[in-house]
Amino acid sequence: MSDRSSLDDIGGGPGLLGPPPAPRGREEGTRAALIAAASTLIFIGVALWAILTSEAWPAVQQQFFSWDDFVEVFPDVLGGFWLDIKMFLFAEIVILAISLVIAMVRSLRGPAFFPLRALAVIFIDLVRGIPVILLILLLGFGVPALQLPGVPKSALFWGLTAIIISYSAYTAEVYRAGIESVHESQRMSARSLGLTQGQALRYVIVPQAIRNVIPALLNGFVSLQKDVALVLVLGIREAVREADIYAAKTFNYTGYIAATLLFLAVSIPIARFTDWYTNRDRRKKQSVST
Amino acid sequence: MTTPKLELRGVWKAFGDKEVLRDVDLVVDHHEVVCLIGSSGSGKSTMLKCVNLLVPIDGGTILLDGTDITAQGVNQNQIRESMGIVFQSFNLFPHMNIIDNITLSPRKVHGVPRSQAEEKAKDLLDRFGLSEKIVEYPDRLSGGEQQRVAVIRALATEPELMLFDEVTSALDPELVAEVLDVIRGLKDVGMTMVIATHEMGFARDVADQVCFLDQGRILEHGPAAQIFSSPREARTQQFLQRITDAGRL
Repeated sequence: MSDRSSLDDIGGGPGLLGPPPAPRGREEGTRAALIAAASTLIFIGVALWAILTSEAWPAVQQQFFSWDDFVEVFPDVLGGFWLDIKMFLFAEIVILAISLVIAMVRSLRGPAFFPLRALAVIFIDLVRGIPVILLILLLGFGVPALQLPGVPKSALFWGLTAIIISYSAYTAEVYRAGIESVHESQRMSARSLGLTQGQALRYVIVPQAIRNVIPALLNGFVSLQKDVALVLVLGIREAVREADIYAAKTFNYTGYIAATLLFLAVSIPIARFTDWYTNRDRRKKQSVST
Repeated sequence: MTTPKLELRGVWKAFGDKEVLRDVDLVVDHHEVVCLIGSSGSGKSTMLKCVNLLVPIDGGTILLDGTDITAQGVNQNQIRESMGIVFQSFNLFPHMNIIDNITLSPRKVHGVPRSQAEEKAKDLLDRFGLSEKIVEYPDRLSGGEQQRVAVIRALATEPELMLFDEVTSALDPELVAEVLDVIRGLKDVGMTMVIATHEMGFARDVADQVCFLDQGRILEHGPAAQIFSSPREARTQQFLQRITDAGRL
């Protein structure tokens, strides 16, 4: 195990960025950590120096990193971002529930369930074939324009609905992969105990399936957390839209940077958590099999 | 003459163009123990799965207590409730502890209240010497223990017929006996059983009737003593000879 990939050594050893390095002596470990820290510092120093002393930097700073503009735009962007977060949480919960139902329907066997199965397949194929942004425009502008009685006219409602529909199709496929990863013998043994197809899915297959796809679901979280911003095309004033408005007014793009920082502040922790969870899960499985 | 517990009449089954069961006839009386022997791929497992309706048959009929259970419109779940099957690979549910594994079917299928189902499961676990494993998860148990739990799980729904599909084939040799003892115990209380097995000594011991399967047919059947001491068919003789040569009989 002497040729551990260099990625593992970023940050000097076990940690968030990769699987733990192979066991080695404590002294050697400390030395590796010191080397990693020193080389990282030198790298950052050189990079910063190169950027800050370049001729273009003053213009870039003025356009993207202006402190005064940042202070002015940040409250609006933050307010918009709070809406992004609320949309994300609400949509995620609905998506997880709807897509599970779709995946379960798609996994039912027997000729009697053919129409339901077909419906699920058609839904998934259709929705996955449409760009999210197109679906948002279609529902967000289209449905309210119909002026149907009793149908919500809020662009926010329909924009979010479009995102939920789109993500449900993808997430249903994730669940389905999980359902198919559970060995056939589990289904057989559940059925042999007299459980119906639905009961076998609910009590035996799906609980195991979800465990198998948690990393993939978390990955979807990261993706959705950013994509909710797409409703800005409907004029909804979430974070990116607020930054956009400020840029249009002042020709200064610092607002975009503010929004970027906010998105990163949420998505990086989720991504790190996903990695941590995946690694822990893998180690657990390995320890069981040995 | 009383109705047999289980009867197979001219059962055929093919997977694609591979015929796995060819015109199989079998009569199992109440409280009878039937052992199915034969090399791997001879159709023993498929036969048991057909009886449990886990695999649909292509021809013939299967009767349980005189009722055709392979007819159209039969409630398969109801039929399965009256039979227990135990598989080679245990197939316990890995995400549930032992007591939940055992009580799942009684609670969800038969609507038995949890407390009552658990009491009964504890009784069974006691009887089979597993009472300390109640809250353990399957992966913490030895293969022999897992397989005994699988037997208990099948028994918890109070079946009148038990099917065993090479239940000791995946076990370490020293764990085989504990599982076979459980099956012997069931014979003593009069359980009707069909057992596919490679354990010839056990089959000779426990079986009232032994069937030798070869390429999807029951080539020969009769009382254990007769099959093992004076088999009529050449293929049965060959099969038993090979097993004797390997020191397994």
